[in-house]
Amino acid sequence: MITNSNTRRGIDGLLLWLYILLCITGIISIFATTYSEGDDILNNFLSFRTDYGKQLIFFVFSLLIGTVIILTDSKFFTATANLWYTVGIILLLLVFPFHSNIKGTESIIKFGNAFQLQPIQLCIVFTNLALAKYVARIDTDFTKTRSQLIAATIVVGPALLAILQKETGLALVYFSFFLVMFREGLPAVVLVVGFSFAILVVATLLLDPNLLALILTGIALLTVYFLRRQIKRHKPILMWIIVIWGACVGIQRFAVPFIFDHVLKPYQVKRIYDTIGKDYIPKDAAALEDIERNSAQKKDDGNYNVRQSKIAIGSGGVLGKGLLKGTQTRYAFVPEQRTDFIFCTIGEGFGFVGSMIFLSFYVIFLFRIIAIAERQRSTFSRCYAYGVASVLFFHIAINICMTIGLAPVIGIPLPFVSYGGLSLITFSAMVFILLRLDKDRQMVLR
Amino acid sequence: MPAFNQSRQNIIRLIFGITFLIIVARLFILQVASDKYRLQALDNAVYRKVVYPDRGIIFDRNQKAILNNTIIYDLTVTPYEVRKVDTAFLCGILSIDTAEFRNRMISAIIKNGRYRPSVFEGLLSIELQAKLEENIWRFPGFTLIERPIRNYIYNAGAHLLGDIGEVDTGIIRRSNYFYQMGDFVGRSGLEQYYESVLMGKRGIQNLIKDNRNRLQGSWEDGKYDTAAVTGRNLYTYLDIELQQLAEKLMANKVGSVVAIEPQTGGILTMVSGPSFDPNDLTGSARRQKYADLVLDVSGPLMNRATRGLYEPGSTFKPLGGLVALDLGVITANYGVGCGGAYYGCAKVVRCEHSNPGHAANLRLALANSCNSYFCQIYRMSVDNSKDKGVKKGYTHWKDYMNAFGWGQKLGVDLPNELSGNIPDTTEYNKDYRGSWNSCTNLTLGIGQDKMQVTPVQLANAMCIIANKGYYYTPHFVERIENETAKDTILNGFRDKHTALTHIADADYEVIHAGMQDVVEHGTARSAKIPGINICAKTGTSEKYTILDGKRIKLPNNSMFVCFAPREDPKIAIAVVVENAGFGSTWAAPIASILIEKYLTDSIRVERQKDVERIASTNLMPTYLKRKQFIADSTRAYFYFNLRKDSSYIRKYLRGYSAVPAGKGKGLPILVKEKVMNPTNKNDEYQPEDEISKNLAAR
Repeated sequence: MITNSNTRRGIDGLLLWLYILLCITGIISIFATTYSEGDDILNNFLSFRTDYGKQLIFFVFSLLIGTVIILTDSKFFTATANLWYTVGIILLLLVFPFHSNIKGTESIIKFGNAFQLQPIQLCIVFTNLALAKYVARIDTDFTKTRSQLIAATIVVGPALLAILQKETGLALVYFSFFLVMFREGLPAVVLVVGFSFAILVVATLLLDPNLLALILTGIALLTVYFLRRQIKRHKPILMWIIVIWGACVGIQRFAVPFIFDHVLKPYQVKRIYDTIGKDYIPKDAAALEDIERNSAQKKDDGNYNVRQSKIAIGSGGVLGKGLLKGTQTRYAFVPEQRTDFIFCTIGEGFGFVGSMIFLSFYVIFLFRIIAIAERQRSTFSRCYAYGVASVLFFHIAINICMTIGLAPVIGIPLPFVSYGGLSLITFSAMVFILLRLDKDRQMVLR
Repeated sequence: MPAFNQSRQNIIRLIFGITFLIIVARLFILQVASDKYRLQALDNAVYRKVVYPDRGIIFDRNQKAILNNTIIYDLTVTPYEVRKVDTAFLCGILSIDTAEFRNRMISAIIKNGRYRPSVFEGLLSIELQAKLEENIWRFPGFTLIERPIRNYIYNAGAHLLGDIGEVDTGIIRRSNYFYQMGDFVGRSGLEQYYESVLMGKRGIQNLIKDNRNRLQGSWEDGKYDTAAVTGRNLYTYLDIELQQLAEKLMANKVGSVVAIEPQTGGILTMVSGPSFDPNDLTGSARRQKYADLVLDVSGPLMNRATRGLYEPGSTFKPLGGLVALDLGVITANYGVGCGGAYYGCAKVVRCEHSNPGHAANLRLALANSCNSYFCQIYRMSVDNSKDKGVKKGYTHWKDYMNAFGWGQKLGVDLPNELSGNIPDTTEYNKDYRGSWNSCTNLTLGIGQDKMQVTPVQLANAMCIIANKGYYYTPHFVERIENETAKDTILNGFRDKHTALTHIADADYEVIHAGMQDVVEHGTARSAKIPGINICAKTGTSEKYTILDGKRIKLPNNSMFVCFAPREDPKIAIAVVVENAGFGSTWAAPIASILIEKYLTDSIRVERQKDVERIASTNLMPTYLKRKQFIADSTRAYFYFNLRKDSSYIRKYLRGYSAVPAGKGKGLPILVKEKVMNPTNKNDEYQPEDEISKNLAAR
């Protein structure tokens, strides 16, 4: 397929091989979780019956799409970026009337029994293209509020739609694009504020509200004390400190409880509480029912998943139990282990050493993408590459943190490895577009 | 736009790097630094199945198996596999109703969960098992599981062999959690005493289970499995034919028979009456049968051979004579002129004989069982001038008794043996405020007063006399299969106790001669067997009981001790038949028949009808009926009180469960069960005064 020397020249070999390596790891991991003694392995791999067989076919299909992408002119992507984005938004909107309710989400359109489409996943690629296209415009300047707002809208729009479709996990992925904007000049203060906000939210959950208010006041007073000289010279600093302090207390006192009570679903709130290790007391019967319903659908609550997943990974030890020897993963102690908790299979089967090797694939992959991004002449390509890196990074970090109990259980897959045709195809398309753009890195695309 | 944000790529790299470092650190903590998760995974996935070995077999002295194992079936159910079961049909076979079926399903789910089998109906009878086996295909989810139980081949030896039962929390705690809930252990008799030998070694099978506790096969190909080791067999001294004969003779009698081989201390026969069929307590009817036995006031579960306390009466006299001879206070020619009673103390002790010369020497006194003579020599022994004072003299005398094995536990290889009673001086000091003398406890000399012994102690004393001084602790087990140096359990039975060998053989000969005279022309002529020189002593002791608030005299206990043949003792026997009259009437023929059977291996034809006559005689004390009535009434009254609360009656009738019918959650509390097996101690037999108090309260 990609053997034509003409097309292969200029394609980044390291990235391509790492991609193939990761996909194969994924297929083997899925094989390890679903294989049971006495199965006809060869037959199953070639048929569409088992999950690993399906994943293999998805992989082949991804390579086909990749070939098509590599054979496409790179200008095609810049030219049609906005068009794709529009198509994506329309698909997202179509979800509302046509969605089918599976597994507690309303973001999936089903075509018959065999094929289902989750536009919010596809839309990640389109948003990435659209954002790159917007950033690459000559008059885009991230120091200006107008540019910031437009870029933010491009990104947050699909995310909002995703939240409306009860797919909070994937909605969060879109926020990873802020890393791209940061690279392209978005003031660092936005990231810092965002990060501080996250810390504040966690602190709100962990600490008693009054105690936190006291701590915030203490910090404010200390700041005033240390900046007393500057304040004498510039009175507004004091005003800023008071405003920030007020905002913090306001968030802690009103915004976070509001979000938890009205924006997030009770079961999601419970998972966040589970992650930080606190008990969530549902505020009314409806909330309790919601938690129970979602727990029943997921077979067990998130807390159970995480505990079993930690046991699976932890029991791997230094060298692991070996492929097909993991008792945790083979006997279905970890729910969702083909999809969201696939890392357990690797952690249990290959231990700390195996996990390190596996993680290093990802690290090299991500750093390679950044290196590729930085060697682009055109802003579009660079921006797109950073988009790919950010999205992959977010997926990898959150997914693995989820399995080892560092992040709440939000169902997002591990790129290239988790079972799922659409996610594999989406990620593959992203990588192949990147490879295609990188091939023409000397061109200036707009 | 100008690309002047080059430096920011490093910040992004830094963010990526730090995140991955956090993940690596966390993985290090999870996988390398802590063992916790590995153990939890094992706990999750590996099910340690305990494989129970067959218990050891118990053989008698002729290598006949008397207690072995057989198979019985349990009906088990795996609730989640139960689909489209013809419930009515199954209920019909098991003769239960559908409500009971539901209850059992719920308790199965509570006990073991939906995915693991639990016992639905245990210990099926053979007919039931056959019927179920035929139809089991109709009941998916139900399976017949075999379970080994104990089989008492000769239906004999219930008390000495003992039984096994499920462990309770006390046993588990005492065993330092070696036993687990559901294990079976010996609960009485040899089964309990030799539990460690008979149980064998439990095997462990490591099986893999999945998230629903379904077993998936062996773990690591059974690398860490240990095989179960069958329990080792016990070879006993018991003669099962003799045992059966003795049980037959003791049918419908209260009392005990103990026969010991003097040279070895091996117990040939041990019977306690009333007895029961040990096989009743192994099968499906165990609960009902056990309850019947527990509630029977005649106490069939009690082993009277080691736990029955009796005044030895005249059977003590050979010992009294030996002590006096050894102390040197009398010689064999010492005589007493008895005129029908002993007048040496304020208290007059009557004697059966009044003709002059019946106590002219020790041999005659023993043959005629003269009370005056033995009262006199008891006083002489205790008031011995060497000992300076009655208290020291008495202590000396008591040491002799202890050396005979009386007043202390012999250490028989059965659990819960009683020590009997040879009172200490402190006991008399307390009762008589320190002022007492040989007249106070004069009747100790004729085996009365506070003296109490168990039948096995009586038989052991006969062994000592037969052996002329030495004995081995009476025991059943001769050897253990594949015995090694680690098996210390039998060591105590191989020590020769020689405390009394210092008594001169001539002294023993005198006693032997007197005891032989008892059979030849004394009180036990009915025990005579031609060609065998039996040495024996009859005994008769008075017995009282309290019934309906009155102390009433019961018929005397009939006692008999003997050994035979005199020249080379092969068997020593003690027989006690409660409330049966003179020792010579019932106890002597029983012992004699046993001797004949053991020594000649047959019973003469003319003796056969004696056997049948004794076996068919019912000597159960009549007062037992009254006692049973009182005990049953007390229990009935207790239940009546429970049922006075009408709400309780309703709950009882519908098999009260804490959760209303229709909801599958929660633990049903089956009050019915509680009522049938009350744990309240009030349910036990109450003394009479409490009954009257209860009746008055009504």
